[in-house]
Amino acid sequence: MSTWHDYFKEQGHAPDWPYPIRYDQEQEIDADVLVLGGGIAGCWAAISAARQGLNVVLVEKGDTVRSGAGGPGCDHWCNVPANPVSNVDTDEWAEHMADRPYCNGIGIQIQCREDYDCLLELEQMGGKIRDTGDEYVGAQGRDEKTKFMISPRYTRIHSYFPVPETEAEKEKFRKSEHKLSNVVIRVWGSTFKPALKKECKRLGVRIFDRVVVTSLLTENGVQGARVVGATGLNSRTGEFMIFKSKAAILATAGSGSMWLISTELGGYCNMMPRTVSGDGTAMAWRAGAELTTMENNGILRIATGYKHKWYTGAGDASYENVPIVDANGKVLPYPIQGWVDWGAMVPFPEVEEAVREKILKGEYALPFYGDFPAMPEVERNATWNLMLGEESTTKVIIKTFSNAGYDPSRDLLQSYRFIEGNSLPQWREASHSGGLLVDWDLKTTLDGLYAAGMQMFAPEDHSYAAATGRYAGRKAAAYARQVGEPKISGEQVALEKARVYAPVKRSSGMEWKELHAGIARAMQYYCSEFKTESLLKMGLGTLRRIEEESVPLLFALDPHKLMRSLEDLSLLTHAQIIIHASLARKASSTPLNFHRIDYPALDPPEWRKYLTIKLENGKVKIGELPLAFWGNMKKQYEARNKDYTGVYKGK
Amino acid sequence: MTQEKVSAMPNVVTPSAPVIFNPDICDGCNTCVEVCQIDVFMPNPVKGKPPIILHPDECWYGGCCVIDCPRPGAITFNWPLQQRGYWKNKATGEVHQI
Repeated sequence: MSTWHDYFKEQGHAPDWPYPIRYDQEQEIDADVLVLGGGIAGCWAAISAARQGLNVVLVEKGDTVRSGAGGPGCDHWCNVPANPVSNVDTDEWAEHMADRPYCNGIGIQIQCREDYDCLLELEQMGGKIRDTGDEYVGAQGRDEKTKFMISPRYTRIHSYFPVPETEAEKEKFRKSEHKLSNVVIRVWGSTFKPALKKECKRLGVRIFDRVVVTSLLTENGVQGARVVGATGLNSRTGEFMIFKSKAAILATAGSGSMWLISTELGGYCNMMPRTVSGDGTAMAWRAGAELTTMENNGILRIATGYKHKWYTGAGDASYENVPIVDANGKVLPYPIQGWVDWGAMVPFPEVEEAVREKILKGEYALPFYGDFPAMPEVERNATWNLMLGEESTTKVIIKTFSNAGYDPSRDLLQSYRFIEGNSLPQWREASHSGGLLVDWDLKTTLDGLYAAGMQMFAPEDHSYAAATGRYAGRKAAAYARQVGEPKISGEQVALEKARVYAPVKRSSGMEWKELHAGIARAMQYYCSEFKTESLLKMGLGTLRRIEEESVPLLFALDPHKLMRSLEDLSLLTHAQIIIHASLARKASSTPLNFHRIDYPALDPPEWRKYLTIKLENGKVKIGELPLAFWGNMKKQYEARNKDYTGVYKGK
Repeated sequence: MTQEKVSAMPNVVTPSAPVIFNPDICDGCNTCVEVCQIDVFMPNPVKGKPPIILHPDECWYGGCCVIDCPRPGAITFNWPLQQRGYWKNKATGEVHQI
């Protein structure tokens, strides 16, 4: 007996809800620094603020021990130019990374300056960052002195793609072809999250697991005023939580499944867990914070449930440095992202097209395979056990393969490239692109509110989340020390409470999945490949109708389904922000993956700028910022971090 | 064929069992219930019994429930049929699937 149906069949009734129901009951918690979201960025933010001796509260939707996109693991500490084996100058590398249009130079500079310190601190906490067991002696990239496992990723340039994005950078890094950058370290990331939770507890952080944050509270309940706290809902008991804070750090993320929901096809098989639902973006928007790059969204190239799962680990076996062969063993001209090419992960489009033509002519036979047996033993082990084994959700995948009899020294691993088809342009996600505008303190445009990790605009990867979380924790703590006591508006709390509990007041109507799919469909039709003013406006109209006609029908049978319902209300708000931002950009853009049929010119000079968007007195307000608005990265960083003390040495 | 009582039931959610518990090994410690960020499981009302899979359709297949289980073999992954990966023996050409 383990499924619900088994239980029902045996007992003749549904199981009782396993947790006490506490709808409408309130719990009030005071914090100096309130961290919203307990993923990588949130844990680091809480640790960093707690080191300053402040009263820190961390609120997490799942259980902090394994929650967030980086909960299961992480195989690469990307962009650690300050590591001792690196061959690049830290600030130059940061500039190189920030040369990509519409990135976040502030976050990148912080990552490049401080993520090596994070890594050493992780080791102090019990995370494994070196080949201390000498498992991979002889592997390329292994440094004998430090026992660091340098990765064959970004060996020349920072890109998942084979072409550097600007001519200047291309030239610069071509010149250094004799030298590997050594900026990425392979790590044992499955050890990280439990170590971070333990460190939070050791430092006295009060953790509230299974609490979904529902809104930010502002001074006098006024939009655009100082953030003084947040509200939350316990997803097991339904209890209402009121957090009061001097400073808050938003460390949540965007929406991983806005354009696509496919629960019946292998669950939430995209890169982000279900918990990544845009709650933070929606609540920051309602509070009046300014967002940017909201019109940018990526196509879900991998793992949607409609495609093979294998996460990013080897949805295609070429993801890591494995040679790809066809069904007859013929080697394909794919990059192996490793030591012999630029460090890319996907082939040039023209290479891909040539391969396709040869498939149709019968010159390459499908399916393709990752030729693990052809690799030298130590490289194979490092790829299979370390790079795949430690990369987030892939640890359980290689375990399942091994249990089923797969042996990488003997067997070719199937690739699903071509046979599973390409993703539709309508399958998009908004988890990585738009987000909160921040300054050099990672402060948002609202007093009392900071942001870190994926909640910021144009975020990067795991070590970026760690470094920016740690930095935001430090800065928020400094702010909390000098600011007055926060005061919560009772009226604002009451309004939010009414909004939160509305779905449990009904026992029939529309459940969250139908609402989610309806929002996703609207986004597919009106805000994807074909964008025009009229289509986007039809999208806004459809979302408004959903708000007016469907949301009042939304029902939730228990606290868990109430959480999912609230997430989908966030999704609805997030979708509207994206359409407003899309209407505001009257030009197309390649780096933003944004194409307006009515404004086809690609990246015209006058549109090379960030568009910002916020609510002011309930009205949408668009602003703009120049590219690289952050100024000289090195100077700006140094001016604000004179007191930075490096690796934590306290107790 | 024995006549069993037949109830009118809605369709079973697909996929219905992202994991399989071995009740002989699982002691109902509920570690998997706690490490799952999605809350796919709920504790079994009977103490010491394997958890009940309550929200299988929300599973991210993150695998922490399996990896962090303190009793090896108590919980195994059960990939939905359409997600089971393939491999091929390089020497013999024999194709296998999970």
